[in-house]
Amino acid sequence: MDNTTALPISIRSLTKKYGDLFALKAVDLEIRSGEFLTLLGPSGSGKTTLLMAIAGFNHPDSGSIRFGDAEMVLTPPHKRDVGMVFQSYALFPHMSVAENVGFPLKLRGMAVTERKARVEEALDTVQLSGLGKRGIDQLSGGQRQRVALARAFVFRPRILLMDEPLSALDKKLREQMQIELKHIHRQLGVTTVYVTHDQREALTMSDRIAVINHGELAQVDTPEAIYNKPANEFVADFIGESTMLQLTQDSAGRLTFGDSVVASEAPDPSHKDWSLVIRPERLRVLAKDASAGDRHVIFSGTVTDAVFQGETAFALVKLTGGSTLVVRFGTGAVSEGSRLEAGQSVSVGLIRDDLILIPSDSAQ
Amino acid sequence: MSWWTQPATQTQITHGDRFWLYVTAAIIMLLLVIPTFIVVPMSFSDSQYLAFPPETWSVRWYEEYFGSRKWMRATVTSVKIGTLTTLVATPLGTMAAYALFVSGHRAARAIFMLLITPMIVPVILIAIGAFYAFGRMGLNNSITGLVLAHTAMATPLVMILITAALRSYDLNQERVARSLGASRVKAFFMVTLPQIKFSVVTAALLSFLTSFDEVIISIFISGGSNATLTKHMFAALRDFIDPTIAAISTIMVAVSTVLLLTTQFIGSKKS
Repeated sequence: MDNTTALPISIRSLTKKYGDLFALKAVDLEIRSGEFLTLLGPSGSGKTTLLMAIAGFNHPDSGSIRFGDAEMVLTPPHKRDVGMVFQSYALFPHMSVAENVGFPLKLRGMAVTERKARVEEALDTVQLSGLGKRGIDQLSGGQRQRVALARAFVFRPRILLMDEPLSALDKKLREQMQIELKHIHRQLGVTTVYVTHDQREALTMSDRIAVINHGELAQVDTPEAIYNKPANEFVADFIGESTMLQLTQDSAGRLTFGDSVVASEAPDPSHKDWSLVIRPERLRVLAKDASAGDRHVIFSGTVTDAVFQGETAFALVKLTGGSTLVVRFGTGAVSEGSRLEAGQSVSVGLIRDDLILIPSDSAQ
Repeated sequence: MSWWTQPATQTQITHGDRFWLYVTAAIIMLLLVIPTFIVVPMSFSDSQYLAFPPETWSVRWYEEYFGSRKWMRATVTSVKIGTLTTLVATPLGTMAAYALFVSGHRAARAIFMLLITPMIVPVILIAIGAFYAFGRMGLNNSITGLVLAHTAMATPLVMILITAALRSYDLNQERVARSLGASRVKAFFMVTLPQIKFSVVTAALLSFLTSFDEVIISIFISGGSNATLTKHMFAALRDFIDPTIAAISTIMVAVSTVLLLTTQFIGSKKS
């Protein structure tokens, strides 16, 4: 399908208040034409409010939403030409599968024969060919999800919005659908805004992720960048597992934790206080006699728990200073990784080139 | 094991233990239907007076009813008012219920309570109020006045039924319809209404019954050529005890029963 109909979305200082509470606080977001952007945040962060504002179901107090060059803030939902998939699917139970999918085409006055062909094509895309005559109550959860999706893109909307569409499915089906949705997105080339609170889902599917918290964007970037270079403590904490160590700056300007020198200088002199974000899988258990080489920042401590979890295992290491690190390692080499035992003293190292340092104070 | 000692439910309680409950329920049901059972045989009596049990049988009171221009005119009036009340109260109550349900406004609950007061306030008060208000407006003894008053009585019923139906309906469907290109009005008629239509039909039938069975308001504000069937019946009972009343009552019971059974049938078909 051609993707010339995909449109960029430009959101400028969008603000929405519920009473005294900011649901959205001057949000600026540029969504590129044809991209898959995920709004990720905890419940109550404002991600659904933002999606509903794009769809036209709530009116922002101020700000602008543009589809391409057209201002949309005052346009009612049915004139925005936006496909939408809800968490509850919201299929019409009094219509068959084909009637559900054909609904937006019927509203657009498309002739019956053309409508039939388009519905069949859409059902084919979501792998439901031949099920058009079924009633909604005859479908499984996964099939309903596909019908809702087909109905949302059959009229070739310029923008596709999805509000946690997979959250009602079981884990296996959900993971399968994530990949499938990615395929469909690539095939349609439509600008897609996807809302989820599931960080793994966001990392799996997105071109870019917009992390949102308390009505403000915490970071907008590619999944890799969000994970590898979190911009602040919230993102570091919310995406993936992490341990955060508060560093101190010594008289020479070095950032240290206990006896370990983490960095010879702060990455940005305008911040004084820094935290070190440690991803459990980045820590290496080092040989007992490892010297404090240049390659690693080394922490020493005692294993308090060693837990085997199938494809990976993790150990909790209590450092001399009192903090606890999580060390995660693969169990691919069974003889090696699972040897840690509670009570054992270990040294763990973090490769210096991969350090994640984030300022924990506001800029001075 | 006899029926008496069999467990009535999945607990240990047997039908024997429950027997007092069955008897109580039977007595209550009997008390509810006895008046009807007395009226029906009386209507087939040959006697000049209301008598129970009748000594000889005939259908002369039915002939009397169907042959009387006065009774026929009153029946037509009642059916006309009932139909008009249905046509006004059903859309009005549906719109009010829908608006209050969707708005989520703080005042919605208060407005809802206000609109269903005709169900709570004693009917006699509404009748007296309507009588004086309509007197000033020249609406007494008019079809318009009766339809207005009966609509006030029927609308709360419609609202309660439609609100209950909307509660089990996913409003996101309407949102989806709107995102797919339907205006609010179209979304309501294409998606919401088809799914609550059984409740709407039930509400319409009950609206008709509310008007058709209504006596007190009709006594106050209907008269002359626009007197309802119930008003005529009441007057007839007061002036001369005439078995025609029993015949009409039987017919009304039959009409009501058919309508109620229809709504029950619709309800069970829905689920």
